[in-house]
Amino acid sequence: MDNSVMSVCQRYANDRTRLMDILLDIQHDLRGIEPATMELIARQLGITRVEVEGMVSFYAFFSSHTKGEVVIRVCSDIIDRHAGGGGIAKCFSQELGVPVGETSADGRFSLEYTPFLGMSDQVPAAMINETIVTCLSFEKVRQICSRLKEGLNPGDLVVSTGEGNNSHPLIKAEVNNNIRHTGEVLLCSLPDNAGLTRALQCRPQAILDELEESGLTGRGGAGFPTSRKWRVAADTPADRRYIICNADEGEPGTFKDRVLLTERADLMIEGMTVAAYTVGCEAGIIYLRAEYAYLRAYLESVLQARRDRGLLGTDVGGKHGFNFDIRIQLGAGAYICGEESALISSCEGLRGEPKNRPPFPVESGYLGFPTVVDNVETFCCAARIMDRGGVWFGSFGTGKSTGTKLFSVSGDCARPGVFELPFGITVRELLDRAGAAEAAAVQVGGPSGEMINNSQFDRRLCLEDLPTGGSVMVFSPRRNILEIVDCFLEFFVDESCGYCTPCRVGNIFLKKRIEKVRKGLCEMEDLDYLQELGRTIAMTSRCGLGHTSPNPVLTTVRNFPLVYSVLLKEHGDGLQASFDIQSALEESRRLAKRRSMIYDPNYDEV
Amino acid sequence: MNTPFKFEIDGIEIEAQRGQSIMQAADEAGIYIPRLCDVEGLEPQGSCRVCVVKQNGKTVSACTQPAIEGSRVENETEEILGYRRDLVRMLYHEGNHLCPICEASGRCELQAMGYRLGITQATKYPYLQPVRPVDASHPDIVLDTNRCILCGRCIRASRDIDGKHVFEYVGRGIDKRVGVNGSMLGDTDVELNDRAIDLSTCPVGCIIQKGRGFFAPIGERQFDNKPITLGVGPGKEEGEA
Repeated sequence: MDNSVMSVCQRYANDRTRLMDILLDIQHDLRGIEPATMELIARQLGITRVEVEGMVSFYAFFSSHTKGEVVIRVCSDIIDRHAGGGGIAKCFSQELGVPVGETSADGRFSLEYTPFLGMSDQVPAAMINETIVTCLSFEKVRQICSRLKEGLNPGDLVVSTGEGNNSHPLIKAEVNNNIRHTGEVLLCSLPDNAGLTRALQCRPQAILDELEESGLTGRGGAGFPTSRKWRVAADTPADRRYIICNADEGEPGTFKDRVLLTERADLMIEGMTVAAYTVGCEAGIIYLRAEYAYLRAYLESVLQARRDRGLLGTDVGGKHGFNFDIRIQLGAGAYICGEESALISSCEGLRGEPKNRPPFPVESGYLGFPTVVDNVETFCCAARIMDRGGVWFGSFGTGKSTGTKLFSVSGDCARPGVFELPFGITVRELLDRAGAAEAAAVQVGGPSGEMINNSQFDRRLCLEDLPTGGSVMVFSPRRNILEIVDCFLEFFVDESCGYCTPCRVGNIFLKKRIEKVRKGLCEMEDLDYLQELGRTIAMTSRCGLGHTSPNPVLTTVRNFPLVYSVLLKEHGDGLQASFDIQSALEESRRLAKRRSMIYDPNYDEV
Repeated sequence: MNTPFKFEIDGIEIEAQRGQSIMQAADEAGIYIPRLCDVEGLEPQGSCRVCVVKQNGKTVSACTQPAIEGSRVENETEEILGYRRDLVRMLYHEGNHLCPICEASGRCELQAMGYRLGITQATKYPYLQPVRPVDASHPDIVLDTNRCILCGRCIRASRDIDGKHVFEYVGRGIDKRVGVNGSMLGDTDVELNDRAIDLSTCPVGCIIQKGRGFFAPIGERQFDNKPITLGVGPGKEEGEA
């Protein structure tokens, strides 16, 4: 073991900043990173054991004990749950004889839940080592399990591959793209490398002006103008600059970057290369979420093909003196790493905790150098803008939200999948296209966004009205709104990094109170409690996760007041509705082995 | 570049140097902004959020946010005080803070902050009541992380002042806690005279020095007669006999 750990560390030149890669490789090789291994890694890298432990205990895909040879992760997001994901996990558990959250005694199988796989359009889904299995039924799970028990390699589980590049020999996934509507910017047929070719004929200043004219804003959902980001990075004096593509698509309900990574990898890298040329940068990183590890080999091959064509490496595209190359950084299961400064921490081999701002990443980011972090879709758009021009791009969408947007639609609809449509379309238009006639509630922008009711379906999807990174989850009248809220809060509780007090602790309190509401143990005052607590969390948290984590509660209290009011009790007897005197006394009764004379005169009947 | 500039805290105009945080400028001007994770001599990290203020209407942590020329900072408004009370309550409810039996009672900054903010009775939040083993493996030091508020002062003091890196955050979310560089504290090279173990470092009763308990009688403890404020905060050890 010593040797294998040492050779992994040496593979990354004992570089402490590559601790993510080192731990990923060791987790893969040894199926766990036990304390003795942490000690070895620490010694090899010249850091302390507790730092390594801090990393291992932060990321969900690392474990301090040895996992099974085959790790099955069943997706537990609300769309998967509604499609029977819980039953699927139970079925895996029965077939393999492993309780959820545990490893079989023979060390062959581990079974666990994972918060979000990015497959909401083909639920229920699971991840078996790096292989994705979708549209699971009990029958399919039984087949998978019997083949796994026969010793089949998880990679060979795929019987039929999905459309497009999902059938590429380096992907070979049973994942489907489900592209339902092709717009004119990203999913239409595209010329090869036209954006980069034109960009390399321009001065960087002209590219920034073109980008500004296009009105392109970050596609992750926050809507920051991309040109401003690039300009600050370009203008900040520095020896080095970095470009990072955020392919850590973790907001439940979004999966459009999965489709872009599968079908538009070249365009994305082209956009990164344009950015590198514009800001003056030689090294880029694609931060790929661990759940999309099945795309890694393919993306490596796309990078290599571009190197072979002279589109990465030295004198890129024949431009003398422009050198740029890209590495892929795999994540390890942490939603917070979608936040740009947490993502940078992760790339640096640190716990995925957001950094203090200022300084902003564009001034001081990766390793302290100016860093542009943009979403997959943003880079794709930038490449297209270079080809067709800012005016063309600005002709789609609304005043503040220009261009088209990829929407990931999932849930109770006939045609879940990816829709490329101009910004500013109404929720209703999107629902019609997705075949969601009976929608009663729509979660726009994922759990951190807003839940709207059916009187609000004429609202528009754009920064001016309903901003979204693309996640649109549809719920029929049969769904329990508070179950959804509870599920989203569970997600935030699990995914909070724990750095700041309000997000670490406050979200637990929110969840506990929603559980009480669901049990019918609350009264009107509890609505004030939820709103005040939610406000404190949103106002005082350190990063976007905490700023938005109370949204499931705050937006449903506002948009679905009746859902709450039917569950809230009047308290007529002077006692809190949440306080049940009988159950409070129960433990004392049990210990004292006698009845309480005060509160239960009818003890015999209790 | 180095010319001082002015900004306002609760309507009082104060002077700041370029690069100073709101907290540093306020400290120099004699205006107290409550804090728990920040302490003089250590890099601010902005994690407890108790120093939250509004700068031009936006909530920020005063210990990490640079002062801005001409800005308006709200510190002691009802809104901000409400947030601070909620945050301090959250910390109380996250751990086990039983003041009457705690060695740090009377010099505990969390307790003093509770008094300062007027939190004198049970609050509306549920208690999380962690059950973590107490680490008494070290001959001179006890670590009771059930009382930890995750301020990270011991981590920074050990790493940046002692040059040892005995402590580090481990875990995530509500499972985040302070870990030690070894299976137990007794395995580490921490020593009683490390800055990390100094009474001014741990604001609560998580790091306890053995054989030195309850050294100040009730009535003469650090915060018995004066509230936590500027100059009576950490590092001054006024209550020490």
